[in-house]
Amino acid sequence: MNWTSWGAFFHMGGYGLYVWGAYGVTAFVLALEIVAVRRRAARARADLQHGVAE
Amino acid sequence: MKWTTYAAPSRFYALAGRLTPWCWAAAALFGLAGLWTGFAIAPTDFQQGDAYRIIFIHVPAAWMSMVIYLAMAFWAAWGWMLNARMASMYARALAPTGALFTFVALWTGAFWGKPTWGTWWVWDARLTSEFILLMLYLGYIALTEAIDDPRRSANAGALLALVGAVNIPVIYFSVKWWNTLHQGSTISVGAAPKMVATMLTAMLLMTLSFWAYSFAVAFTRARAVVLEQESEAEWVRGL
Repeated sequence: MNWTSWGAFFHMGGYGLYVWGAYGVTAFVLALEIVAVRRRAARARADLQHGVAE
Repeated sequence: MKWTTYAAPSRFYALAGRLTPWCWAAAALFGLAGLWTGFAIAPTDFQQGDAYRIIFIHVPAAWMSMVIYLAMAFWAAWGWMLNARMASMYARALAPTGALFTFVALWTGAFWGKPTWGTWWVWDARLTSEFILLMLYLGYIALTEAIDDPRRSANAGALLALVGAVNIPVIYFSVKWWNTLHQGSTISVGAAPKMVATMLTAMLLMTLSFWAYSFAVAFTRARAVVLEQESEAEWVRGL
């Protein structure tokens, strides 16, 4: 294990801003895409149900 | 069963629906394994300190940005030449994910460049060609969204995707062809990897994770596109 404490882990040898800035934004945009694509799929199914009911 | 079986939107829809949960699971498992290997096991780099750990997402994202573009161009061309609707729909489903990984490659590159090169951005061959890739993705998405008729939209998109494909070898070989600030390939075919085994393992695990993620998202989006475009089809009405 490389890290003696959570503090050291977040500090990342002085590169915390860069490492977490890179990982944080990556996680954020992937999460955003997952939400967006699931919404689109749900909307497509809902429109279909709606169309059938008419 | 013929090889063209899954060219039928109905078959694709069913198969993609069955595969998607496995893709999500693989993405999560490989991702956790990759992050654990990358942060808990891989040692601190003697030159770059812990800043190098950005490589575990930077290189896989850059690979995916290129692989997805090639897949998108391939299916777009396939749909155009053979008038295969499903191939065109799949190409469209790939584009946003490819654009996303291109953005991630650029973003993580900037956050890696600042501490190691002293600058967020430089217009060198590698960075510029990757930036052009992002513009190609956005152009493809804008073009296909702008044309309402599915067939004309797919054909116009295929033309753009094919012309833009020349950019992929440019990105890949840019660090060889030009003198770039960007470093050369970390691993290449036929040569020993220039990195510690645990670092390499973490990078490959993250690559598998991103790959599985891409399949999961693209399948989900492609199924939505099928429902949107084929809403008049009998099998869709029967769902």
